[in-house]
Amino acid sequence: SGEYSDFKAIINLLERKALEEETSVLSDSLYKSTAMSASQIWNYLRFVMYSKRNKFDPYWNDLVVAGTDSTTGKPFLGMIDKIGTTIQENFLATGYGGYIALPLLREKWRPDLTEGEARALLEDCMKVLFFRDCRASSRIQLAKAEKGQDGTTAAATFIVSDPYDLDMTGAWDAPSFVQAKGNLEDDGGW
Amino acid sequence: MISTHAIQQQQQQQMSADYPGMKPNEVSTGTTIMAIPTADGVVVGADSRVSTGSYVANRVSDKISQLSKHIVCCRSGSAADTQALTDYVRFYLQNLLVETGREPTVKTAAHLMGRLCYDNKERLLAGVIIGGWDASDGFSVYQIPLGATCLKVPFALSGSGSGYIYGLIDSEYRADMTAEAGRVLVKKAISHAMARDGSSGGIIRTVVIKPGSNDRDYTPGNELPFGPTGY
Repeated sequence: SGEYSDFKAIINLLERKALEEETSVLSDSLYKSTAMSASQIWNYLRFVMYSKRNKFDPYWNDLVVAGTDSTTGKPFLGMIDKIGTTIQENFLATGYGGYIALPLLREKWRPDLTEGEARALLEDCMKVLFFRDCRASSRIQLAKAEKGQDGTTAAATFIVSDPYDLDMTGAWDAPSFVQAKGNLEDDGGW
Repeated sequence: MISTHAIQQQQQQQMSADYPGMKPNEVSTGTTIMAIPTADGVVVGADSRVSTGSYVANRVSDKISQLSKHIVCCRSGSAADTQALTDYVRFYLQNLLVETGREPTVKTAAHLMGRLCYDNKERLLAGVIIGGWDASDGFSVYQIPLGATCLKVPFALSGSGSGYIYGLIDSEYRADMTAEAGRVLVKKAISHAMARDGSSGGIIRTVVIKPGSNDRDYTPGNELPFGPTGY
């Protein structure tokens, strides 16, 4: 999240790094190139963000990296903020999500969540964020990173959904919402 | 827009970087409100978002306050300031009703509100629209923006979201449209403003004022004519 132009600059850096990795392997060398895993990218980005911060010219972003851990092969989720602070956790959120989504995630997250439950949980968080953040939209995208079927430690499948609208049925229906508050007999409008 | 006179006064107070004129953390009805007179009624509409900075303090508020039997006002700006003003004007109009035995006119209500805003213009951040019916002038709409000018207008739009829909209203509003058509136009316009303005959102409340009745309507946020995602 944050400044989109800086985000695109960071993506550009990562793409160039991946290309360099792939193309600098000699065909007869013993060295086999592997894609950077999420934890490696997370470490690299920590370095990038902290160096910029030291020059008083940060990339104005909060970054979340999801995928697999290169050392353990387990799912990995980590965050780097604009001054290079890093956090690795089972659930993360940026912006207002820290105040609104994290408490929901702390209550509802379990290590054995099914994919459907996880999606429903995220959609619920995004719905509340749409209610309470002026800058939020009710059209979202969900993405999933799954480790490769052949047991490689790098994330092999990564799918991003198309944008879709959150389901808002019942979100505005409570009788106290519908009730007018500004009439003469009421307390003055709120 | 804030007059330079107001800014000089406010520089003595603590200024919020996000919203010049508001104290830090002040609650604002950054908003979209409108009132249009039609052939058989005044149609008044408002969104329902009340924000403190970028946090939505209330997503279902009622920004249309009734001042007397056939006069309502739409409030924008500081929620505290407009609630206080509404309380004062209601009090004075109730007294007038008792003293004269006649329903107050929209002109009286508007000029009363204008007088209160003008005399306190350094301290207030309030933009209101007054709309209603009375027996002498029929359907009328008055606008009182930030500097406390009180003007009778053919239609009124106000709030942070209003700038996005002037073109829509200019091209589609007709003075001789029916109140029902007016209500459809008001809902459409406010939906468009809510799609583009971060400080407007939630549900749409409309009131149609006719000589015999005030008819309130509620449009939930998932049944807006346009948006909320905008396309």
